[in-house]
Amino acid sequence: MKINTQKSWVALVGNPNSGKTAIFNLLTGLNQKVSNYPGVTVEKKIGTAHFNDGNQFNLLDLPGTYSLTPESMDERIVTEQVLHWIHGHEPPNTIISVVDATNLSRNLYLTTQLADLGIPVVVALNMMDMVKDEFSINLETLATDLGIAAIVPMSATEKWGQKELLDALQKSIAGETAENSFPIFLNDDIAKALYPLKEMFVEHLNYNERLANAQALRLVTRKSTLEIYNDLSANGMAKDESFMRTLRENRQAAVEALEDVGIKHRIMEATLRYEWLDSVLTTDRVHIDAKLTEMSYSEKVDKILTHKWAGPAIFVLLLYFIFQSIFTWATVPMDWIDRGVGWIGNQVLQLLSAGMLRDLLVEGVIAGVGAILIFLPQILILMFFMTILEDTGYMARVAFMMDRFMTRIGLHGRSVLPLMSGYACAIPGIMSTRTLDSWKERLITILILPLMSCSARLPVYALMIVAFIPAVQVFGFLNLQGLTLVAMYFLGTATAFILAKIFSIFIKVESKSSFVMELPPYRTPLWRSVLHQVFNRGKLFVVNAGKIILAISIVLWFLASFPKVEEVVVNENPIRTSYAGKIGHTIEPLIEPLGFDWKLGIGLITSFAAREVLVSTMATIYNVQSDVDDVVQLKDAMKSDLNPKTGLPLYTPLVALSLMVFFVFAAQCMATFAIVRNETNSWKWPLFMIVYMNGLAYGASFIVYQGGLALGFG
Amino acid sequence: MTLFDLKDGECATVQAFTGEMELQSRLVEMGILPGIKIRRIKTAPMNGPIELKVRGYHVSLRQDDACNILIQQ
Ligand SMILES: Nc1nc2c(ncn2[C@@H]2O[C@H](COP(=O)(O)OP(=O)(O)O)[C@@H](O)[C@H]2O)c(=O)[nH]1
Repeated sequence: MKINTQKSWVALVGNPNSGKTAIFNLLTGLNQKVSNYPGVTVEKKIGTAHFNDGNQFNLLDLPGTYSLTPESMDERIVTEQVLHWIHGHEPPNTIISVVDATNLSRNLYLTTQLADLGIPVVVALNMMDMVKDEFSINLETLATDLGIAAIVPMSATEKWGQKELLDALQKSIAGETAENSFPIFLNDDIAKALYPLKEMFVEHLNYNERLANAQALRLVTRKSTLEIYNDLSANGMAKDESFMRTLRENRQAAVEALEDVGIKHRIMEATLRYEWLDSVLTTDRVHIDAKLTEMSYSEKVDKILTHKWAGPAIFVLLLYFIFQSIFTWATVPMDWIDRGVGWIGNQVLQLLSAGMLRDLLVEGVIAGVGAILIFLPQILILMFFMTILEDTGYMARVAFMMDRFMTRIGLHGRSVLPLMSGYACAIPGIMSTRTLDSWKERLITILILPLMSCSARLPVYALMIVAFIPAVQVFGFLNLQGLTLVAMYFLGTATAFILAKIFSIFIKVESKSSFVMELPPYRTPLWRSVLHQVFNRGKLFVVNAGKIILAISIVLWFLASFPKVEEVVVNENPIRTSYAGKIGHTIEPLIEPLGFDWKLGIGLITSFAAREVLVSTMATIYNVQSDVDDVVQLKDAMKSDLNPKTGLPLYTPLVALSLMVFFVFAAQCMATFAIVRNETNSWKWPLFMIVYMNGLAYGASFIVYQGGLALGFG
Repeated sequence: MTLFDLKDGECATVQAFTGEMELQSRLVEMGILPGIKIRRIKTAPMNGPIELKVRGYHVSLRQDDACNILIQQ
């Protein structure tokens, strides 16, 4: 979405977990668009909101960051954006700096950096509902000290302060930006060392005093800032090569000058800013130090949730509960959808006269799409749980608890989160590996992530389990169907971990990793926000998957219905002689050792587009095949399908098991590999994944089926 | 002594850092600077990372990295 230059626009910047998303949703309502930053896959959210007088403005949500120094990918985006702004490239009219009022100094650190930019800043002092009587800071004085437009106390959850925030925004847009001096005191040594850099910025880039000081300070503190200027100059926004050379030389000179007088230049910016903040927020510091030994609510909860033994046990139980409830809770809405789709199919059958169009609609479109929609309840339930775990702050605890284990297999505690979102869909999971700073850990996480059984496999597992695994109780309390599902998830996950270890031994990439991660306080998630995210992801699934599935359903219906045979031989499948049948028959010898027939062969090919397409493919195949004017129940059709040679059921529980195992490992979803290409910037890794995953799938299915036959099952 | 030697539940003041720059700059940006008071809350299961309380919030870091944070009790 292009930003409308006529309208004012406002950028939302803040620490992770400061409530940015909550405020964004509060201001924009449902008027938002999610896209990606050009070239990278970090989410970019833009929405429209209204001032109190009804005028519209655009709101851009930037990734959460602790500072404007480019360390991780997310932070780099914010830093680059900010640098574009100060070079006159579509700067926002105002920045909202979201600050968690329960954590003032660390949040305001970023605010002090933003205040230097010469763009008006309004602080949204969020989470004020959590602050009790201890808040003794004069906000007006603080705003003046920081040199910003206003500080507005608010609560995104209790929905107050929104009106005041909007007023402050509008006022700051209308008003002139006061050009104030750099608020932080620089002693003579530092001022002298920074002087040449500062002058360069003022003279060549037209920075004001405050910004020039701030950028000089940042440049000396973090060498990575040079790279950002380098990129800018490549874009023609900063100066040419000679400017960059002088900048580099002056930086080196400043570093040496500071080292001579014994100043630790590498932690200089943070030291100066925090010293300044602590002097401004004296009362805050006193409170906080006094509370160091006091047990907070979250600490009490963590006594249990991250307890040595109880913690991991609870985590495992929670996972089991989630997967079990996916199966039990979803049955009712699935039944509704099933009946609804059947009803629509029948309506169309009655409304239209027999012919090609009717066949296409009923057998291709409705049957295919219906077979996918039916799994929407399960996907939504999974998304719902994942979002809650994330928004409550529990996910960070999972990373904390699992880090030791994860480092042993060559990953990082933070890999847990992308890997777990892989249970929903590999694509957002792969995208969220950007929070990993180390390239090696990130790469390995990406490589094994598609082995986490994603929700697109769920339809396949569900179909096979419901059709072929009996719903009996084992050990008195476990349901065999649920257990089979858990086994499939376990198989994928365990294999992923083993491969991670192997990859970490063989992949030699230079990279360092650290694990400095905030454990945010436990918070009640905002239901509106959770439902919103669940809705968005569900929509994404239906729209994106739906498009592919619709197209494939139609193509498939065509392949399965043509060429039309005039005379149907008794007991002969018409689909056998169709184009689809021919393709399936061609690959049948290859997949026969796995227990798959030509019909599943067609399904395997079409599921390369997306795994769940297998289900709609089978639906299409059976609908075409059954000459009954009704939408058949797919599972019954598969169950009653007989092998023409032996007269025995074609699909046995063993075949179902073999197929599920195949789906655990196989590289099937094209979109995943497109994303991997994007993230790793080469075709090497996606190709590697396709080869290793499909090899694994074939091998494992072969062992399951042939082993099962040898043991007398099937 | 270093943060590694501090027992769970005990308080200390950060003195200085050693080791990699990446870690140091991350820590100082989050306000963990020489002179700041911290409390070691707990050690993660399986002898994993350490949880610290500092400036009123909680942060975790690995034991290897904790060896690079010099403290005084
Ligand atoms: N008590 C309280 N909780 C809030 C407030 N704003 C957000 N939260 C919660 O804080 C958590 C993090 O918020 P979120 O908007 O996801 O933060 P982000 O990471 O900055 O986008 C969520 O569980 C929110 O429900 C607030 O004003 N008061």
